[in-house]
Amino acid sequence: MAAWLDAYRLRWKRRRLLARAIGKRHDLAPVVDRTADISRDDILCFAVVRNEALRLPWFLEYHRNLGVARFLIVDNASTDGTQDLLSAQPDVSLWRTGAGYKASRFGLDWTNWLLARYGHGHWCLTLDADEALVYPYCDTRDLRALTGWLDGQGRDMFPAMMLDMYPKGPVAVQEYRAGDDPFAVLQWFDSANYGMRVQKPMGNLWLQGGPRARMFFADAPERAPTLNKVPLVRWNRRYAYVNSTHSLLPPRLNRFYESDGGEAPSGLLLHSKFLNLAVARAAEEKARGEHFSNAALYDRYYDELSSNPDLWCSTSRRYDGWRGLEALGLMSRGGWL
Amino acid sequence: MTESTTLGFVMLCHTALHRAAEVARHWAERGCPVVIHVDARVKAWSYDTMKTELADLANVRFSERFACEWGTWGIVAATQAASEVMLADFPQVRHVYLASGSCMPLRPVRDLIAYLDARPRTDFIESVTTEEVGWTIGGLNMERFTLRFPFSWRTQRWLFDRYVALQRRVRFQRKIPKDVVPHLGSQWWCLTRQTLSAILQGPDRKLYDDYFRRVWIPDESYFQTLVRLVSSSVESRSLTLSKFDFQGKPHIFYDDHLQLLRRSDCFVARKIWPHANKLYRTFLTDDAEAQAGREPNPGKIDRLFAKAVERRVKGRPGLYMQSRFPNENFENGRTAAPYSVFHGFSEVFENFEMWLSKTTGSRVHGHLFAPDRVEFAGGEAIYNGALSDSPRLRDYNPRSFLTNLIWATRGERQCFQFGPADSQTLNPFIAMDANAQISVISGAWALPLWKSNRNFGDIRREAARLQKVESETLAVLRQSSTKARVRIWTLAEFVESPMEPLQTIVDEISPRSLRRLTEAPKMTDLTGFGQFLQNLRNQGMQPVLMGDFPAGDDPRPASASRGRPYLVK
Repeated sequence: MAAWLDAYRLRWKRRRLLARAIGKRHDLAPVVDRTADISRDDILCFAVVRNEALRLPWFLEYHRNLGVARFLIVDNASTDGTQDLLSAQPDVSLWRTGAGYKASRFGLDWTNWLLARYGHGHWCLTLDADEALVYPYCDTRDLRALTGWLDGQGRDMFPAMMLDMYPKGPVAVQEYRAGDDPFAVLQWFDSANYGMRVQKPMGNLWLQGGPRARMFFADAPERAPTLNKVPLVRWNRRYAYVNSTHSLLPPRLNRFYESDGGEAPSGLLLHSKFLNLAVARAAEEKARGEHFSNAALYDRYYDELSSNPDLWCSTSRRYDGWRGLEALGLMSRGGWL
Repeated sequence: MTESTTLGFVMLCHTALHRAAEVARHWAERGCPVVIHVDARVKAWSYDTMKTELADLANVRFSERFACEWGTWGIVAATQAASEVMLADFPQVRHVYLASGSCMPLRPVRDLIAYLDARPRTDFIESVTTEEVGWTIGGLNMERFTLRFPFSWRTQRWLFDRYVALQRRVRFQRKIPKDVVPHLGSQWWCLTRQTLSAILQGPDRKLYDDYFRRVWIPDESYFQTLVRLVSSSVESRSLTLSKFDFQGKPHIFYDDHLQLLRRSDCFVARKIWPHANKLYRTFLTDDAEAQAGREPNPGKIDRLFAKAVERRVKGRPGLYMQSRFPNENFENGRTAAPYSVFHGFSEVFENFEMWLSKTTGSRVHGHLFAPDRVEFAGGEAIYNGALSDSPRLRDYNPRSFLTNLIWATRGERQCFQFGPADSQTLNPFIAMDANAQISVISGAWALPLWKSNRNFGDIRREAARLQKVESETLAVLRQSSTKARVRIWTLAEFVESPMEPLQTIVDEISPRSLRRLTEAPKMTDLTGFGQFLQNLRNQGMQPVLMGDFPAGDDPRPASASRGRPYLVK
């Protein structure tokens, strides 16, 4: 009975989210629309960005090389030349909006709209500008191989936990220039301090941990950032992301994990938040209060980040490619050979 | 073009036709006739493009097109039609090799021709009786031949299953034609002209076709069964390297499999990813370095595939991560490695942790679940896997904390202290973990209380609380469903003869050393403890977990007296 009721509620929730997304489409003003170039088998990448001129050149290059054919990006009132940079790219379609990030559920209404409008039937990768997808064999096989294999397995989603990467030494002193590989600077990560549980009613896993939990949320672990994500989905216009790309509806898309002991395939999102600009940005983000629904609770987090912390510890692991991450059990090839 | 050879290829194609055309050209240009069947569901313009691409080759034919839906008769019909063209148009062909559009030659075709020339009468076709196959989809072996399958397994699974169940219930059985003994095997074969023509031109062909038309997945059984009726020399194996995953779907080969494919020494492999440019570039040339005369040996790479299946189906024991979160009792090992939990030992002995780590070479922590701090070995603030010593973080998800610790320290045995003052939430989990070795000295928690400088009223209240907690813990550990290796002594029992239990525990932790203990840890002085217990009793609290300590009659364990190491003869 309860299960039936949950299913019914979630169906209405999904419809509500889609209706919101459709309503918010008027927020978006096209800057460059190259969506007519999208062909049937293209893998698409969706993102909402704000002042990311520093990270975007490498972000675009990296995911282009992985096999993303088209980028569909919303620029949320950047002031650092992001718009010019993006409109000059041959494979980017760009929209601009001055509307509130929080008011659009952290950009999700815009993303859901673009996904429904352009993503239907495509494999869609939804990312932030500070995320880079890593998956088994990503050094030798592009996303067409991965998605083709997933199709063959009858799976239409691929999970990737966020892995916070950090430098050795205080965050602010590390040099980074546009176009550089951010993970040449942010080489380190936490290997086994991630806690997990299953969340009702959508049945998604809830993963928390990593350096942010360890450094900033030891006194309030329940508020530590959520790390589970499902960034790669063979999209259908009836789908909707619920809470960033942490979870989506219908609920079966959250059942990307095996509960009988087996390992399903998974990847990771290397997170380049802790480049030197994070320190300067912390104060700005705290003032804007656009990143958390109850922003005041996170003031201390921003304060500590502003104080230029060193996240490195003696048991941090150094990143040396996907095989190492797989051996540590942070991701899995799930039977792909 | 070189002279025509005795080997011809039949290719069944349905996607990536440009790649199939490349392979067909490769074989045709080396003198092997090729007959291509293109799935009738492929669009006309793709078909025409492929025809144009191969128009310059005189020894390439296209055969009549059938719709080849998985598991249906169309695939057999297509094979028959293409083989007939091959036999009729190329009279010099002696061996016909059935390949798919996603196959690729791994060794020069002259190697394969030489191999077949040395075995001119042999039919290479995997052909196994239904009792001996372990790989069939849906668990249907013999029933493929005796039931009817009007519904598609891929698109109408519910109806498919129901209809199979119904036929089982009413005991429906199709009649198998006389002489036919059902055999199954890989779809990809290499048959001689004699055998193939005997099947295709035999007097009973219509009878067999009518029967197999309604068998499930006939492409895995039609030739595999009939070959037994007409061939005198069946070599039951496929010359095509083809591997299947846990769902029975073929593994796909990518550029990074180049060395693996070379190592197999097989002649042909499927399936190749159409975008594997390096593989196509490498294998579609005349590779001079290939060693002629080698026997194909797919077994060399079997282990890898078996491991991949195991990773998918069983996973890594003790690992909890984003795509592996087993339900209770499906963990295939709750934790990644054996570990030991000690209740009361660091209270009874003064230097227990140091002694244990020295004796067993394992990592010995303090009270990992202490309320104020995670007592990692050596007082570390951050441990392997970047685990924090914050009790809040630990208590937020204690199960993840423990499984993470055991996972992150694989290869080094972990031991930790535990007691009733610690956070107790994980007891049921640990009790059900076969990797846990739990040793309990019950009542030992009273020793620190006895030595403490607190008001007796507080001591009494605290003792009552700890005794209650430990009783509950013991009840959990004593359940019949407990999987951990549990040993429980009362304090009195233990101090009576401590060496025997210690020896057992140490042997279990490091079975290889198996030596007699020569040095015991230093036992705390118990003089006056009996009186302390009596005082508790006098105040109305009944200490029961320590065993029998008569007041005034202090136990004097043989030679574990203060300050002197215990020696065993």
